[in-house]
This record gives sequence, structure tokens and C-alpha cells, in this order.
Amino acid sequence: MALRIWASSTANALGLSVASKAPALAPLSRCFSSVLDGLKYAKSHEWVKHEGSVALVGITDHAQDHLGEVVFVELPEVGAAVSQGGSFANIESVKATSDVNSPVSGEVVEVNDKLGEAPGLVNSSPYEDGWMIKVKPSNPSELESLMGPKDYTKFCEEEDAAH
Amino acid sequence: MELQSPAIVMGVSGKPAELLELKLVLGDHVPVIKRFTGGGTVIVDEGTIFVTLVCNKDAVPQVQPYPRPIMSWSGTLYDEVFRGIADFQLRENDYVFGNRKFGGNAQSITKNRWIHHTSFLWDYEDRNMDYLKLPSRAPEYRSARDHTEFVCRMREYMQRPAFVDRTIKALEAYFSVQPVSSEAAVNGDPQTTTTTEFIPSTRLVSEKELEDAFASTTFERMAHTVRI
Repeated sequence: MALRIWASSTANALGLSVASKAPALAPLSRCFSSVLDGLKYAKSHEWVKHEGSVALVGITDHAQDHLGEVVFVELPEVGAAVSQGGSFANIESVKATSDVNSPVSGEVVEVNDKLGEAPGLVNSSPYEDGWMIKVKPSNPSELESLMGPKDYTKFCEEEDAAH
Repeated sequence: MELQSPAIVMGVSGKPAELLELKLVLGDHVPVIKRFTGGGTVIVDEGTIFVTLVCNKDAVPQVQPYPRPIMSWSGTLYDEVFRGIADFQLRENDYVFGNRKFGGNAQSITKNRWIHHTSFLWDYEDRNMDYLKLPSRAPEYRSARDHTEFVCRMREYMQRPAFVDRTIKALEAYFSVQPVSSEAAVNGDPQTTTTTEFIPSTRLVSEKELEDAFASTTFERMAHTVRI
């Protein structure tokens, strides 16, 4: 895949790298933002990793880069219901709060408590230590409507190029 | 509900104990409001001018619905408003004349729309700044200045009607603009039906919460003294 210069990007202004420790999943592309193989992606820039009866959810490297330094993360309670495309969390960065939308419907079975004290994990490790919630999916077939890594990479490139 | 003036408005994650001089705030019964957008803490009064932009995510071409593009675009908008008036710039995330802040910004971004709002410091009483602590997270250009050295009064730079007229004119470069009554702005178009119930998340922080926050800071100070 040819690399493209994204004119509107802030050139990874935070100077952060997902690969600060060896990731468990192989990076597909190292354009400006990392997109990992083995995950599914939503158009609102969340990722989901389905492992057995649980789905792990977070925001992508593209999203954390565009949001800026994360200073506060508000997560749902364990037991809360989430629905695909619906907001389940808020991230505060710079002067903004941004909704985070769930890629799947189901019940929240665990939340990442570390984000209370260390919200910056969302920036430094969006696919690993910065995970946000674990969901017991109520309808696993919803994953089929999400993008794979290549489609998501293309989606990000097109979105940035359009602005 | 009508609130007395002044009032304090905090961002969504603001902690009263960290940001406010609670003894003074409680003693003077200053209302404290927590808004749903991010950002810092401001003192507002009857002179404050609020400008709020609520946009569908694709409403402004070339502006992605993320904090920095929206903030940058707003700087371009207000460049036009203040052109020829003063040394205006968007400095980090604040609107300044020179190196003095007169406008504070906050945003909230959802899947399909965003809000960018500004409280413009039209005028203020120096003593009101005493309610606010120096924030631990401050822009670099502030250089540890206290409030009175850091902010400035907008009324010293332009007339109020001129600001309103120029802002409307600047917005007309992007949108068609028409006046509506404040009631219509709050209640929406009666001909538009919606099935979504609106539950406001902006709230008044109770006096009990403020008292508990004050008590916890007092306890921490005492505990620290005993350890020494």
C-alpha cells in the first residue's frame, strides 16, 4: 500500500508510538496511524476484538491522534447495556468532550479502571493498555457490518484527504 | 431558574477542590455550574457574552469534527470579527488580544454534530477572580500569571453592538443567518417533532458537594500538618 502524506494531519504532533512495546497484534500499516490486523473497525473510529464470548473495545490510533492529549475518560458502569452505534463513553481532550460509540450491542462486563488515573493510556496504547470496555455481545453477527483493517485504513485516508 | 451573578462554570471533569477557592465560594454562596463540554473554569456575570455554535458534522466543509480543526476554524472566523480592531489571535485554545485572554472555549463532539462555545470576558470585577485557583493545567503562554495579569476586558477594545454585528457578518460567510426569538432557540421549531427525550447533563453543583469537597481539602491539609 502506497504511503500518502496527509496534508491535514498534525504530523503525529504528540510524537506517540503504539509500538512502544511489542504489540500482540501485527500492524498492517504504519502510515501515520496504526491499524492492526485481527480487529474490526467502526466508521466512528472505534475498534473491537472478539475473543470467545467477550468483545474488547477501544478507540483507534487515528482517533487518539485526532483527539489530542486525553485528560479524562468517563466510562459506563459494569452491567450497563450498549448498542451498536450508540454512545457509551466520553473522552475529554484539549477543550473537548467526544463521544465514544460502541461497535457492538451487548452488556458491559468489565471496564478499564486504569483509565481513571492514567487517561493518557488511550494515547500511548490505544489498542492494548488503553482498551475501554469489555462487552458480552448480544448479537455477534453485528461484527460483519464493521470494516476490516484494509477497508478501515482506506476509510481513514479518504476521510483525511477530503478535508 | 434565574441565577445570581456572578456564577462559576466548570468543565465536565472539573474538580471543585482543585479549581475553586471553596471557602470564599461557599461563604459568598456563588453558584457553581458543571457544563457538559470540556475545558476549564470561568467566572461569568451579567456582562459575559456567550457565543455558541452547534453544527452538523459536515456543516463546515474542510473542517473535520475533531477538537483541533474546529478550534482552528473558529480562530479563522474570529480573525474576521476582530480584523482591524486589535491584535487578535487564537493562542493555544484561547482567544487573546496580544497575550491576554478575553475568550475561553469549550467543545463537545458527538457522532453527528459538534458544539463549540465561547464565553467572552466583556468586563469583570477583579475580586471575582479570587474565587478561582490557578489551574494546574494551564496554557504555556500563561507563564504562571495570576488571573488579573492574564485576562483582559473586551469592552476596552470594541463596542458590544459592533461585536455582535461583526460576528453575524463573519458567520454569513459560512451559513445563512437569521434572527430567532430566544424562546424559539431554546424550545426549537414547534413544527418539528422529535421522539428523543432531552435530558440535560449541565447541572448546578449542590452546596453539599462543595462543602464535602472543602472538608476533604481541609482534612488533607490537617493530615499533612500532622505528618510533618
